[in-house]
This record gives sequence, structure tokens and C-alpha cells, in this order.
Amino acid sequence: MSEQKPKYGLLIDYEYCTGCHTCELACAQEYQWPAGMAGIKVIEVVEKLPKGKAYLAFLPFPTELCILCAGRTKKGLEPACVQHCMAACMTYGRIEDLAQKMGEKARMVLWSPR
Amino acid sequence: MKQKNREIVRTTTWSAGPGCHGGCGVLAHIEDGKLVKIEGDPDHPWNQGRLCARCLAMTQYTYHPDRLTSPLKRVGERGEGKWQEISWDEAFDLVEEKLGKIRDEFGPESVIFSMGTGRDIGPWICMLAYAYGSPNVMFALSGVACYSPRISAVETVQGDYCILDAAQWFPERYDAPQYEIPECIVIWGYNIPATCPDNVFGHWIIDLMKKGTQIICIDPRLSWFASRAKKWLQLRPGTDGALAMGFLNVIINERLYDREFVEKWTNAPFLIRSDTGKLLRASDLAETGSLDDFVVWNAIGEQPVIWESADVTYSAADVEPALNGMYEIALADGRTVPCKTVWDAFCERVNEYPPDRVAEITWVPAEDIADAARLYARSKPAAIHWGVPIDMTPAITPTTQAITALWCLTGNLDVPGGNVIARYAFDAVAYALPGAEGVIKLESAEADKKRIGRDRYGPLRQFIWRAQTDLVLDQIFSQDPYPIKGMWIQTCNPLAGIGLDPKRWREALKKLDFVAVVDLFMTPTAQYADIVLPAATFLEKEGVRSWWVPLQAINKAISVEGCKPDVEINFELARRFDPNFRWNTIHDLFDEIVRPAGLTFGHLQEEGWVFPPEGHPSAPYHRYERGLLRKDKKPGFQTPSGKVELYSVLREEWGLEPVADYEEPPFTPVSQPELIKEYPLILSTGRRSAVYFHAEHRNIPWLRALDPDPLVEIHPDTAQEHGIGAGEWVWVENWLGRCKFRAKVTLEVPPWMVMATHGWWFPEEPGPEPSLFGVWKSNVNLLLPMGYQGKDGLGAPIKHMLCKIYKVGGGGEEQ
Repeated sequence: MSEQKPKYGLLIDYEYCTGCHTCELACAQEYQWPAGMAGIKVIEVVEKLPKGKAYLAFLPFPTELCILCAGRTKKGLEPACVQHCMAACMTYGRIEDLAQKMGEKARMVLWSPR
Repeated sequence: MKQKNREIVRTTTWSAGPGCHGGCGVLAHIEDGKLVKIEGDPDHPWNQGRLCARCLAMTQYTYHPDRLTSPLKRVGERGEGKWQEISWDEAFDLVEEKLGKIRDEFGPESVIFSMGTGRDIGPWICMLAYAYGSPNVMFALSGVACYSPRISAVETVQGDYCILDAAQWFPERYDAPQYEIPECIVIWGYNIPATCPDNVFGHWIIDLMKKGTQIICIDPRLSWFASRAKKWLQLRPGTDGALAMGFLNVIINERLYDREFVEKWTNAPFLIRSDTGKLLRASDLAETGSLDDFVVWNAIGEQPVIWESADVTYSAADVEPALNGMYEIALADGRTVPCKTVWDAFCERVNEYPPDRVAEITWVPAEDIADAARLYARSKPAAIHWGVPIDMTPAITPTTQAITALWCLTGNLDVPGGNVIARYAFDAVAYALPGAEGVIKLESAEADKKRIGRDRYGPLRQFIWRAQTDLVLDQIFSQDPYPIKGMWIQTCNPLAGIGLDPKRWREALKKLDFVAVVDLFMTPTAQYADIVLPAATFLEKEGVRSWWVPLQAINKAISVEGCKPDVEINFELARRFDPNFRWNTIHDLFDEIVRPAGLTFGHLQEEGWVFPPEGHPSAPYHRYERGLLRKDKKPGFQTPSGKVELYSVLREEWGLEPVADYEEPPFTPVSQPELIKEYPLILSTGRRSAVYFHAEHRNIPWLRALDPDPLVEIHPDTAQEHGIGAGEWVWVENWLGRCKFRAKVTLEVPPWMVMATHGWWFPEEPGPEPSLFGVWKSNVNLLLPMGYQGKDGLGAPIKHMLCKIYKVGGGGEEQ
């Protein structure tokens, strides 16, 4: 458990996450993580629906390694995953601001990794 | 941009590295001459700071311990894996000697210059082949079945290619005042991961969806787009042509088409002779008439009138061309023949494909076909974005004719938010591509006559300046009409990636006197080389990209000891082979390529990228109305008739069916009722991985960790029926061969189809024979044939074969 209460988070619009794995690579490169490790992991979800239908979705999930790119954001840069996200479906910001943004459309999830 | 010992170099992706068709702006962070990080360039209008996983892995790629860093000369037998490092000077001398000997003894056409996917290699391989004197540049896939068939087919009937409009023509992109967001995009055989076909950055479509664009998805798989589509048509692979005809049927019969466009801009009013079934020409009416001019029935005055193709105009002032009807026409020889309009002939063909029949062919419910056709036709504007499955069927051209008719008939051609004509920025082109000449040319028309397939296939004389791959492979064995003695293979891996029936390619390589491979890593194919030359990534070279807009510079950011860019390797050899080689330096050559843009390569490097201005033929919109497409600057198209041709003049000349149609592919449950008893499942392949580009990147640890095994996707019901559990190894087999994959049991595929991933070999396994990096284990190309190209030499049955599946070690295996 971290001492401080979380202030910043990542808002994910999972309607538009295409599962391209860019966030994982952006993080791996930024912190030179060995293969198989990164501060975020994309999960594939194949949902079974009624009448033989299905839905394919992806969800980026921040891991224990995510530090919300403190070094980058201090310099005014976006976190590496947010900048490179091909679908531009990730937003970094203050949790209150993101929570408000979350009310603007459905299929969003707000993470507060640290 | 200096910052302590750090430097940031702005450049453009294209080629080795991400491996793709490029276009993204990147910032390469360099420290003491080494790449330490790569990021997307936020100022670049193409990708706006975004970057894909493969490009973000560049530090691992560039400094990979297995990278080739010295020319290698074979010292053992082919495939034995015994090599000796030699200097570049020795390497150039050896190639010059060996290829020179073949040229002296057998002629330059006896060497094939083989390339892979469309990257910054085409110009340089052509430069070398043409300097050597060989017309035989080959794209190593059966039926040339990637992109150029579609370009060729669209240019056959429309004169210019066109693509989805995502405002890529404007620096301000979606905010450009002349741009409109498409109401609807038809995603036809395309899936988002890691692929940007048509030189459209795939995720632009996501940008547009966020701005309200609806999706119609045509795909046998439950793709990302299928999940989010307003309409998803889950068609049987290879039936795209029938589906397009079904769309046309609904659109025409429900009068959802743009009649004015049809009348004014297509050859719908042209008359067809009922006796020959061919277009009525002015030369049929009078001996002085031109063979290139056509005839319409003028409702004003009830008489025939000539369409003068060269002048793109009628021979009379007041013409109201009849779209329908049968007319008695008096010929020059005194006979009278009934003639009908192209429009009637086109509609007759389309009427063979009502939704009910199309449903039987495609397995898509009739009402879904009709609803999707209406949604497309009523959306203004609407665009179609297609993928490589359209090329990967032998009837690629008739299919493309039908799809082209869709955007033309619905008034979506070259309009904002529609399908917009795509020209190379400023018409600056390095080498001959469909629809473009380029500065690198084979100077001798005589030499081109020996190009393999040129005589046999019309599109190869008109649009595609390549040897026909299937015929090349045959000729290596037959030596008829002339022997093939050598092959130059540059960043191309036929044994693992692009070559169907890859064991036959291996036998072919064994037959040759000399094989040179240029690549960045040792590959299964390179094991058969006599010499291997180490190439460079896009970060290690300079270059020019004009595919399509903007015109971009590739700037050198780093060097890797021992490696050379393709352009430098080929420039040096071209100079040795051609005493009249035109350029002194590579910059002279680049200057000539970018000259149409009114700047030098040096200026372009400073600018990074430049957009053609409004009014330039490579900038939209409505160019056919404004006289921006034709050399004579008259309104119209660059086709033989100057019109969009619903009945193709060129196809008629080539002795091929001139009107759009559907042809059942050769190996389907419909065409092979006997074979399906043993091989009951449709085998499709080629679905993309987000982290690999075809046969590349299996050796990049970051990427491999995300997609470690060759996968076959199997529906849960099918898996259960075969006793296959998730993650188990499975044999996929047909009459050509078998290979094994790990089962991904998933609802993404229908029960009647499996999807096997392509491009698999195992760089971690031994290179020498018999392993060849495990290339025979999971190589789906073992199940795909060569020699089933379409009637025009284009297209191949890659997406729709047949197979059976069974568990590895499950007892049902033959030894």
C-alpha cells in the first residue's frame, strides 16, 4: 500500500482499444524492461453474447510496474503509453478530471495505479 | 536539436525495422551515435505522435546480437551453414564476377531479382536489375497477389487508383475546411492490428469512428471492426466478388445510384454489338472511323453518334446518350446489327446476382446483404477500405471491377470523405509502379520483351512491370524459353514468408548457379545463398517516400558497423554493371526523384515532408471534372475511352471477360465436393499479428513475448468435435502438406473455418539443414499451391484452401 492517496490516473476508452500492444512496448522501451514485463498489459476479451453472437474487446491493465511515468509527466510529456497509443484511447490526468470525462461516454474505465 | 550528448533525428519509417509500408514520422533519440529510444513525432501529420509496437522495439532490432554485420561467403554446401566473413570490396567483386559470368553466357534475363513486400527496396532492386540488363524483377508471391493486382485492376477500368479519404492530403488533416467525415466506411477484408494497407494508417479509421463514422464490416472472422460494425457480413472466404455483385444488384434495382455520374462519366451508354459481343467502334461504322472511338445512341435525333476517345467528347454538339435499349446500327460493310448499351449488359450481369442467390454463394443472409448495400449507398459520403484478401483470389480483377463500380455508381469517387484518387505526391516516383513511370527505367524495350509473363498477361504489359512469379518458378525447372541461372534476393524470404509451396522454392534455389541474399538477419532462405550481404534498417539510411502523400524524407540517424543500406549496395553494383549508369552519387538520384516537387533532396531533408498544393494532380478533389487526371488536361479519366469503364476496353483487348463478375475459387467446399470429404474445413491464413510483419520479428524478444507461438484459430464447437483443447498443438493438413500450430479456441472464427497464422519460422533453432530454423514446422505455405494464378496472371487462392485438423500426438497421426 502506498502512503499517499492517488492523485493521477489513466482513463481508458475500451470501446476503441484495438489490442495493438503499443502501450506495452512504449513502456518496455521507456524503462528497458526485459521481454514479458511492462507497466501495462493488454488483455483480450472475447465475450459470448446471446443468439450465437460474440464481441471482441481489449483492455489495457496497469501492472505493479506502472509508475504513471512520473519522470515524463514532470517534464510536461505524456506517459509513454498514452503518447504512443495508436487508437488514442488512453488519457492521463488528475483523477477528478478523468472521472468527469468518464461521464461523457460509455465503455470507459479509470485506473489509479499508484 | 542538440541536448548535451544527445541528439534527436527526425525521420520517416519505411522498411526494415518495423518492416511495414511506412509513412510514420519518428524522433530517433541518439546518444554517442547509438539509438537509445524512438518515439512518434507529435508534429507529424501522418501519425501525430503515435507509433506501433514494432517501431517501438527498434532498439532491440537495431542492436540485436544476431544481426548480420559482415558480408558472408558460403564455404560449405548450400544449406550446410558454413560461412566465411569477407570484406565489402571482396563481396562486390564476387557478385560482379558471378553475375557477370551468367550475363556473358546466358544473357541478363537469366537472373531474377526477387523482392518482398512494398518497401523502400523496389526502386533499388529495379535500379540494379535494369543496370544489369534484366527485366525480370519479381515480387515473389504467387499471382503477384499483394496490392499491385488491385491497383492494376482499378487502373484498368478507372485510369487512376483511389483509396479511403482520411484527409491525409492536408497538413491540418480532419480540420481541413474542404474535408468531410465519411458517414460510413465499408471495411472489406481488413483487420486493424499492425497493418496499414493502401498506405492508409489503419488507426485513422478509429479517428473517424470517434467522429461518427459507421462501419460495415465484411470479414469471415469476428474482427475488431466486426464487433463494432453497424452491419457485419460474415462471408465465406473468396466470395467477395459475389457479394459486391449483390450490393450492385440492390443499389441499381432500388435506384440508389448516381444516374448523372453513370451517364456522364462512365461508358454505360457505349453500344455493344450483338453479333460479336464486343464494343461497337467508329471503325465499324465507317472505314475512316477510328478503332479507338466508340458509339452511343443519341436520343436527340435518334441516331448513332461517335465518342471520340482522344478528345473525350462526342462528335456532335447536342447528345443525350441512351442508357438503355437495343438499336439497329448500319455498319460500313452494309450489314445492320442490333446493339445494346453497356449499361444494359452491365445490369443484366448484375441481375444474375439477386440477394437470394448471393446469400447461397456467400453464406451471408440475403436481408443483411440488402441492408448493408442500402446503408452504404445512402450514406453520403461513404468510402470503401479494402485489404489484401481481395488480391488473394484468382478472380481478383472481376472482383475489383465490381467493387470499383460501387464507389463510382454511388457518387463517391474523388469526393471528400469518399474514395479519393491516390497519386504519388507531386507525381515524384522512383521506379515504375502501376500507373507511374518513375526515373528508374529499363532503357531497352527489347530487353523488356523477355520479361517472364509479359507476352501472356495483359496487365503485365500495361501496369505491372514485374515477372510473373508462378511462371518464373516453372521456368527455373523447365529452362524454357530460356534458362534461369541466378537469383538476387533482397529482404525477401521465400522459404518462410512469401513463397507458397516453399519446398519447391528450395529445390528451385538448389538448381541455380548463383544466389545472393541481402538481409538483416540470417533466414531460412539465406541458407541457400552463395553470398549474404548485411542490409540496414530505415534508421541507417537516407531515402525518399511518396506513397501517396506527403512527399517525405528518410534521414539517416545512426550507422551499424558493417551494414549497408539497400540503396548503397545496389548503387555500387549498378555502377559496375552499367557503363552508362546515369547518376554519380545517390544524392543526384534522389534529387532527380524529388525534382517534380520543385526542390532538392537536401531541401526535403530540412522540411521533413511536403504536401502538394491545391490544383496539383496529386491533391484532391473532383479531379476528373477539373482536367487534372489526363495528360491533355481535359476532363475525364486516363482509360482508353477517357471514361470509367463498366465494360473494360483493355480486358476486351486481352481476350478476358470485360464486365464485372463472380468466379468460384478453385479449392472451396463448392468447387471441390470430393476433396471436402477428407478436408472438410476451410483453411484461411494471413490474419495479422499486432507485433509481427509477415515473416519478420520472431527474434525480437519484446515482440515474441507478446505472441510466442504459431496459432491456429478454431471455433469452440469445432475444437470440441476434434477433441482439441485450448493451447494444444494441432496438425493442420491437406493434400499438399501439413504443419503444426497451437490451438487458439475462440469465437473469432466460424465453426466451418480455421485461421492459421503465417510467416512462422524459429530463429532460435539451428539454421543449417535439415532444420533451417524450423521452417517446415509451422509454415502454412506448405498447404498452399503455386500455379493457380488468375486468368490475367494476377491473384492466387491464398485465403480459401481446404484442410483437416487433428491433435499432435493424439493417435491419429501417420508416421
